[in-house]
Amino acid sequence: MSDDHVYLTLAEGHEDDTRWAYGTGFEDPLHGVDTAVPEGVDVRELARVCVALADDALVSAQRLAEWTTRAPELEEEVALANIGLDLLGQARLLYSRAGQVDGTGRDEDAYAYVRDADDFRNVRLAELPNGDFAFSIVRLLVLSSWRLAHFARLVDHPDPVLAAIAAKGVKELTYHRQYAADWSVRLGDGTEESHRRMRKALELVGPYVGELFTAYDVRDEVVDVLRQVTEAAGLPMPVYRPLPGAGRAGDHTEHLAPLLAELQSVARALPEATW
Amino acid sequence: MPGRPNHVTLIPNEWSVGKLVSMTTTDSAGAPPEDALQEHFDATIARDQRIEPRDWMPEGYRRTLVRQIAQHAHSEIIGMQPEGEWITRAPSLRRKAILFAKVQDEAGHGLYLYSAAETLGADRADLTNRLIEGRQKYSSIFNYPTRSFADVGVIGWFVDGAAICNQVPLCRSSYGPYARAMVRICKEESFHQRQGYELLLTMMRGTDEQRAMVQDAVDRWWWPSLMMFGPPDDASPNSAQSMAWKIKRHSNDELRQRFVDMTVPQAEKLGVTLPDPDLKWNEERGHHDFGTPDWTELKRVITGDGPCNDQRMERRRTAHEEGAWVRAAATAHAARSGERARKGTAA
Repeated sequence: MSDDHVYLTLAEGHEDDTRWAYGTGFEDPLHGVDTAVPEGVDVRELARVCVALADDALVSAQRLAEWTTRAPELEEEVALANIGLDLLGQARLLYSRAGQVDGTGRDEDAYAYVRDADDFRNVRLAELPNGDFAFSIVRLLVLSSWRLAHFARLVDHPDPVLAAIAAKGVKELTYHRQYAADWSVRLGDGTEESHRRMRKALELVGPYVGELFTAYDVRDEVVDVLRQVTEAAGLPMPVYRPLPGAGRAGDHTEHLAPLLAELQSVARALPEATW
Repeated sequence: MPGRPNHVTLIPNEWSVGKLVSMTTTDSAGAPPEDALQEHFDATIARDQRIEPRDWMPEGYRRTLVRQIAQHAHSEIIGMQPEGEWITRAPSLRRKAILFAKVQDEAGHGLYLYSAAETLGADRADLTNRLIEGRQKYSSIFNYPTRSFADVGVIGWFVDGAAICNQVPLCRSSYGPYARAMVRICKEESFHQRQGYELLLTMMRGTDEQRAMVQDAVDRWWWPSLMMFGPPDDASPNSAQSMAWKIKRHSNDELRQRFVDMTVPQAEKLGVTLPDPDLKWNEERGHHDFGTPDWTELKRVITGDGPCNDQRMERRRTAHEEGAWVRAAATAHAARSGERARKGTAA
């Protein structure tokens, strides 16, 4: 390896962008996939489905990003970022698909940066503050189990793009769920303190689980996963007390608006800028 | 990495000393005399071959390496903070993904480097405590604040650039595990540097306000970046021994000059001005002349009086302390699982 090579070539052309994971000239995340919508698919409904799933992913990724430099161990720093990056990638693909089919031609950033809290359709569990590591793990366990169960069905969606996004997501979510399950068992079985924190976390997520099952008919799969994990961890199942309203209908907690204000702050301060 | 194709083990393996045994206190029967070990070590260094974890090495070499690798690891971890602040605020989803991945890479670099230090008998938890208690340092560059999103680009360009200048020669460092970690790290750093520079190119093609943000960030980060190469050679106490041991390959001033020479044309292409009235090409030397960094400022920042020292340490300390119950739970669960497995086997 020449000492100077990487540095000297910096100002030269960027023709070999495809080598880079995120590319420097990477514009369309759906490049190469047949984007024609098959006959019979309701495009407005398809866009609605994509935006809701993208909002869940973006808001979750934002919360995971808040763990950066605050995780309990370096391995967790890397893992939480990995999960956040996967979800961010899912959000980008889903927003792009929505923009292609809803007739507005919006790009991914138009969905993420220009809409207000009322327009977001994420479930409320995703927007709650991170709390302690136990709460973040329990939330991740519930959300990843739910999303995975739903994605496993979307793999057969008539829209080939959504089906492809789901197929990619299934692999990622399987890891997210495994990570959350492993930590749930460690914390449930670990010390008195970690056990107590896990019980508390399960109590806190309880009210936000109901709307997940209203959104998608995957209750049995999710309950089955939660039962296995809580049993192995020596923890009780969460109690699904109902909470009025639904994130999918635009009802949110007071936590979403500040999360979006931060996420959108630079983009909105310089609306004419290019990034 | 080529490894050691021509390596010949002149001293039989059974004479090699485990990583936790200090040679200076070893005089058990059968061990070779220290002179012979030293001679073998010196010859390995002279042949430009690698020292590996199980090889004998002088205590000073081990100590110097542990100190340098630990400081490097700490720098990666503390270095996540200034840019990490902007992940949640990145102005496009693409920039958010790039920055998130970059900061994650830094955590990964910290992990490889702590592992390299562990091959010398150090312990990650102990090194972390030394950092948190202020007994070990990290690069002073991370004690400066990030004031706008342009700082993310300028850090990529200057700070990762300076790190590459410093670290590429370390890929040939005499200590094998360190050299190999550096190969991987340098590849990723060069990728980060391109991304930073590309962000700046994009911003310079944007609005006047964006161009002003870039110039402002360049003005703030230029001198601290030059200080990343350390004090001038005549005031760098540990350099000579490190160079003799081939832990280090070039002097601070040589690397600083190289950084300036490489950066000047990049600044021109970008359309920014480097904030140094004395910066000009010297035909005779074949290098750029440049002004003298404010060494009293470097000293101040190193000794704890930089703009963000307290904030950086506080964040790291809080994360460590708030994570203590998680680590304790993982340890307790692992111990209990091990016990259950043993009972299961016995039964």
